[in-house]
Amino acid sequence: MLDYVLPRYRVLRDKDECIQCGVCERSCSNGVHHVDTDLGRVTADHSKCVNCQRCVVMCPTQAIAISKWPQVGNGTNNWTLENMQDIAKQAQTGAVLLASMGNPKPYPIYWDHLLLNASQVTNPSIDPLREPMETRVFLGSRPNVLKVNEREHTISPKIPPQIKLDVPVMFGAMSFGAISLNAQKSLAMAAEELGTYFNTGEGGLHKDLERYGKNCIVQVASGRFGVDPHYLNAGAAIEIKIGQGAKPGIGGHLPGTKVNEEVSRTRMIPEGTDAISPAPHHDIYSIEDLRQLIFSIKEATRYTKPVAVKIAAVHNVAAIASGIARAGADIIVVDGFRGGTGAAPKRTRDNVGIPIELALAAVDARLHDEGIRSMVSVVASGSIRSSADIVRAIALGADAVYIGSAALIALGCHQCQDCGSGKCNWGIATQKPDLTRRLNPEIGAQRVVNLIRGWNREIQEMIGGMGINAIDSLRGNRLMLRGVGLNEKELEILGVKYAGE
Amino acid sequence: MVPREGDVRIPSGCAISGIMDRSGTRHDGTDILKSIALMHDRSNGLGGGFAAYGIYPDYHDFYAFHVFYDTREARSETESFLNDCFLCEKQERIPTDETVRSIKNPPRIWRYFLQPNPHKLAATEYDEAEFTMKAVFYINSQIKGAFVASSGKDMGAFKGVGYPEDIGEFYRIQDYKAWLWTAHGRFPTNTPGWWGGAHPFTLLNWSIVHNGEISSYDTNRRYVEQFGYECTLQTDTEVITYLFDLLARRHGFSQEMAAHIMTAPSWDDIDRMDPQQSAYETALRVVYSSALVNGPFSIILGSEEGMLALNDRLKLRALMAAEKGSMVYLASEQAAISVVCPDAENMRSLDGGVPFVVQLDEVAERKAKESPVNEPVPSKLKGSRTTAPVSTDRRGV
Repeated sequence: MLDYVLPRYRVLRDKDECIQCGVCERSCSNGVHHVDTDLGRVTADHSKCVNCQRCVVMCPTQAIAISKWPQVGNGTNNWTLENMQDIAKQAQTGAVLLASMGNPKPYPIYWDHLLLNASQVTNPSIDPLREPMETRVFLGSRPNVLKVNEREHTISPKIPPQIKLDVPVMFGAMSFGAISLNAQKSLAMAAEELGTYFNTGEGGLHKDLERYGKNCIVQVASGRFGVDPHYLNAGAAIEIKIGQGAKPGIGGHLPGTKVNEEVSRTRMIPEGTDAISPAPHHDIYSIEDLRQLIFSIKEATRYTKPVAVKIAAVHNVAAIASGIARAGADIIVVDGFRGGTGAAPKRTRDNVGIPIELALAAVDARLHDEGIRSMVSVVASGSIRSSADIVRAIALGADAVYIGSAALIALGCHQCQDCGSGKCNWGIATQKPDLTRRLNPEIGAQRVVNLIRGWNREIQEMIGGMGINAIDSLRGNRLMLRGVGLNEKELEILGVKYAGE
Repeated sequence: MVPREGDVRIPSGCAISGIMDRSGTRHDGTDILKSIALMHDRSNGLGGGFAAYGIYPDYHDFYAFHVFYDTREARSETESFLNDCFLCEKQERIPTDETVRSIKNPPRIWRYFLQPNPHKLAATEYDEAEFTMKAVFYINSQIKGAFVASSGKDMGAFKGVGYPEDIGEFYRIQDYKAWLWTAHGRFPTNTPGWWGGAHPFTLLNWSIVHNGEISSYDTNRRYVEQFGYECTLQTDTEVITYLFDLLARRHGFSQEMAAHIMTAPSWDDIDRMDPQQSAYETALRVVYSSALVNGPFSIILGSEEGMLALNDRLKLRALMAAEKGSMVYLASEQAAISVVCPDAENMRSLDGGVPFVVQLDEVAERKAKESPVNEPVPSKLKGSRTTAPVSTDRRGV
């Protein structure tokens, strides 16, 4: 059958600059480049290019650039080239379309419609270079009232377990299997250095990473890969994953080709078998079942670690979050529909779920209205792109955020959205030894540490400008936000005023 | 029309002053008037006021309501509400000096000495204080043209639109005797021109005079709202008062502890403490993180116990203290103390984040014997997590 699928990218090579050294050929796991000695030039199979830009970065003479495939569509908004190509692919294969990373569709990005405040005259802005500027956050559940002996300075009973973050950012769940051990190790080392946490994802905890346990959140997802009492007690907190922003309502699938010996041992499944996480947890069909799992985990960890529950941002997210709080979760994680994934059905990724900004505002408002907001922690995720997004998220009501894609971009990810192929040229979303070797964990950790340090400084500058010197005073402080380009309903849900009001 | 306080948020700068006799001996309003008048330039004629404690010894078991009315209808509606919920021992116009020319368009100002109607009280789930507080919230938010300026026992607020020294003359505060006086001169950046918006802000026995603009306002507001407080005025003073009421009255902490929670030590300091102290301060900060007050402020809190002064953690607003015998003086400027007590001793600037507590001698004696463990008032309001999952959505969980 003739394949109607067109190339997506075109490799542009400057003949004058190219020295035919072959670095591009050796860099590309997709087999795009070929140094053809017969022809005396370097050729390209454009159809294999995913635009990961590895060759562009590696080329010593900067001879390479990648452009879009120049083919135009027929000009309609309806039958775009993308829509037609999707049909061509499915007509060819009869399969579900797969995609990776976050929702790329042009839905509104509310972060970009929220502007931050600063002090002028009536209250001084605070200079983080001169004054302490606190970004430490604790996550966990709290009582409404403390019983305190003011003379002896004691508290009884003690407060529930908390995890301490020196920066209001953690690294979100990305499993060993979906990403390489070197990628996980980079994040683990960075988390240790920064005083924050990385999340194992649902693939278990590799033995090499156990030493980073105090900076680790272990995840329990529907597949329960790698879960045993030792695992539950290996981290600082446990996260029950109900859903993921990129693919609400469905489970996960790690192809057998990625399940090598190490992945097999860590996930506790046979080598080479597909690791399939069911769509629901088959022991959670309702909120009271969730309560049982939360308390089973608390029992297994002797009530020494907070338990988080992660859900995808879906239509009824506020009521669900309230139910999760009442089911005994200490931390609620809400993951928006632009959050990344190693692989998801394209239609789910592009069409299911709601933006994190609206979901977060709705969850915070609901918990507040029910008088329980201060008793649980809320973590937002699903495409936090910069320090300014973190400030906005906290002002909308988050205690802290998870980042996934941003941390991977720091490691070298160029968002080519081809994670599912297992051929990641940056050594991140792959298990191939020749590729994972490209990611040096020490250097990777340093890049991530640099990123978060830079962000944290920016956060300090921005909240200092607002006249705030502790991030506690930013949480839910929606007066520090103003909307632009939003309609009344959007402003109402976000709980912010329009700029100029 | 210029929007009223409560419709908009209006930042303001201010002068504050406080004079207290620890022995409980009462003094007339001459000194406090002099002290606040000296700081004339720190206000702009758009608000001033006084709080006085110990002024109604003959009625000291009654809630003294000072109420502003814009209209006769507002008064009749309020009075029928008060007659319904309270037993009224006495009601009268508050005497004022209408010859003070700079005071324009004052409202009708009345006072009532009240006790909750025992039958009404028994029918609710509230204690006496909570019942009275709810009544104040009701009048202020539901009865158009009525505003309760103060509602404590044996105390009252005298406030309005004008320079504080003119407001003092208008209310004839020299005619009252109090063991604690606080005063406020306001410099709002807007022109609300509403008497209810002037300071001190009060709630039951609390009164607060405040200089500053808190940048944590919305965080603090959302926090206290969870416990049933309604921030109708959108002012810093209002939310700080509710924080004190929540922490000291409802959660049962000492006022000093409440102030400590609101200006918690920095994490750097906590990290340097010994492990037990560090765990103690960490638990307080973690549980009460939304009660942290940020941004520049200096406040004087008045109550039946005495006064408490507090500065923001970074000490971004001025506040001076001095003593002489049983007298304690506080003011935004040193000169405002010297003008009434030239030989005041121990004159100093208060440190940021360190509560300065002045208690009546008898209160201090009593407190020393009390248990150091707080006794929270059992809350029947929101915030209970033990209830079954409920949802107002049709698609509940």
